[in-house]
Amino acid sequence: MDKRVASVSRRRFLGRAASLLAATGLLARGADEVAAAEPPEVPPWMKAPGAGFSPYGAPSKYESKVTRTLMRSQPGTTGSGAIRTPLEALEGTITPSGLHFERSHSGVPEIDPDQHRLLIHGMVKRPLIFTIDALLRYPMVSRVHFLECSGNSQLMYQPAPPNLTAGQTHGLVSCSDWTGVPLRLLLEEAGVDRGGEWILAEGADAAAMSRSIPMAKAIDDAILALFQNGERLRPENGYPLRLFLPGWEGNMSVKWLRRLKVVAAPIMTKDETSRYTDLQADGKSLMFTYPMEVKSVITQPSHGMTLKGAGLYQMSGIAWSGNGTIKKVELSTDGGATWRDAALTTPVLPRALTRFRLPWRWDGGAAILKSRATDDAGGVQPERARFIAEHGSNAVFHYNAIAAWSVAPNGEVKHVYA
Amino acid sequence: MSMRSLACGLVLVATVGCARAAVVETPNLGRPATPAQIAGWDISVGPDGAGLPPGSGTAVKGAAVYEQKCQACHGAKGAGQPNDRLVGGQGTLAGATPVRTIGSYWPYSSTVFDYVRRAMPYIQPQSLTNDEVYALAAYLLNLNGIIGENDELDARTLPKVKMPNQDNFIRMYPARGR
Repeated sequence: MDKRVASVSRRRFLGRAASLLAATGLLARGADEVAAAEPPEVPPWMKAPGAGFSPYGAPSKYESKVTRTLMRSQPGTTGSGAIRTPLEALEGTITPSGLHFERSHSGVPEIDPDQHRLLIHGMVKRPLIFTIDALLRYPMVSRVHFLECSGNSQLMYQPAPPNLTAGQTHGLVSCSDWTGVPLRLLLEEAGVDRGGEWILAEGADAAAMSRSIPMAKAIDDAILALFQNGERLRPENGYPLRLFLPGWEGNMSVKWLRRLKVVAAPIMTKDETSRYTDLQADGKSLMFTYPMEVKSVITQPSHGMTLKGAGLYQMSGIAWSGNGTIKKVELSTDGGATWRDAALTTPVLPRALTRFRLPWRWDGGAAILKSRATDDAGGVQPERARFIAEHGSNAVFHYNAIAAWSVAPNGEVKHVYA
Repeated sequence: MSMRSLACGLVLVATVGCARAAVVETPNLGRPATPAQIAGWDISVGPDGAGLPPGSGTAVKGAAVYEQKCQACHGAKGAGQPNDRLVGGQGTLAGATPVRTIGSYWPYSSTVFDYVRRAMPYIQPQSLTNDEVYALAAYLLNLNGIIGENDELDARTLPKVKMPNQDNFIRMYPARGR
């Protein structure tokens, strides 16, 4: 996204920010507190039977403002862009399926699972076609993993803080329980020829979105996912079948998967050359930057919230790494001068969102909050100044630097570069 | 169960040498795909030109196709607006405002054919004839000063077109991360 577009998006967000934040609990309670059903009054919902059963549950109407945030779709389109998870309104580590971020290149296809097919061909002994019904009979695995668009937090490459909420800057990451068939099993059935080192994966959307996947990853831990959080995939997350590559940049987990072609070398599709490559300050570009680097963000409190007076607060946030398991999250309330280890909520799983928490007694003065994650592969989340010095600000993808929130004496929390 | 996993299974009894291919019995429900079925779906084109279909085109022919089917989104002569700019920007990548286009950024000419055929025009993907795709690729490469306006692109000539920015990409895999 270029900087002109980003500023338009930023203005659009500002109007929405206030209503979204009403859902987060950190804004001052208003008139609703006055009319609360406090003792000794018996609340009205105890004086008549409640609603009947519902075939498919939905959030309380009082949570209706907790929604995904659309950045923009490409001009003239409705389904070419990304919509973000409202991280600041969520807790725990599993993202509700209806709030999982969505990145699509040409809309969400409506696929009849009975008509959908997966073709495996190329450098294989036996080219094969699978139905969804057939795949449902294969041995499956279930894994909790985050999925992160490599363009997550791209606005933070800009020279000025984008003035957006945690979800708006970091919400292209979500975490689910993914269930499906290990890709390895189908590759064994097809019989990969010697020299078949890559796999072209292609979706059944109108972009026929495609990426080249290293065979080593396909054999190691790639999943042909059929289920997300226990139910069949949501259409916007690839129904009825998606590739899932734990820890790697989101677009490689090709949605609506229809074709796997075993090849000797990368196909060099648009989305591994023109897009999803990382232009550095010297004009060179990094290509095949697959794992999403170690990263974290404080969600409570975060940009746009207002603390209600000095006292004890629970800081909370998420950390993740595509290279392994989160080992440590440190928090600072003085802009990075001193750090304390946050508690990690167990179980801490590899390549999954990890919830961290730390009590903080706010003295009512100015503060700058930061989180710094470390993974078990030795990765440490860098400060923004160091990250930009290393990579420049012309890149779009793989931004993983530390995010800072300032707290003003009046309690306002804002995104800052510090 | 495939022969390979069966073989591993027998070995596994005594060793962890095949641990990655732990024994899992599968129902073997893949149906054989025929060459005709594969040909109908296989639209990917590699940088060596593998997968390019018969047909040909020149920039002169591509200009007419572009004006009719591409210009509304990508502007006259690929200048961009409302959607991506396709032309120019060479020499800007190390500056403060890099302009990434086919000519300035894309490392392989094959990608132009592959992407236009699979995904363009946005509202009618996979509707162009192979001749139209070759002609559009020729037009876009010509606008970027990479080939002449009468140079004919086909399965033989297209992969020989070297893109100006090809040598400025650094592969980070199989090295880990960055």
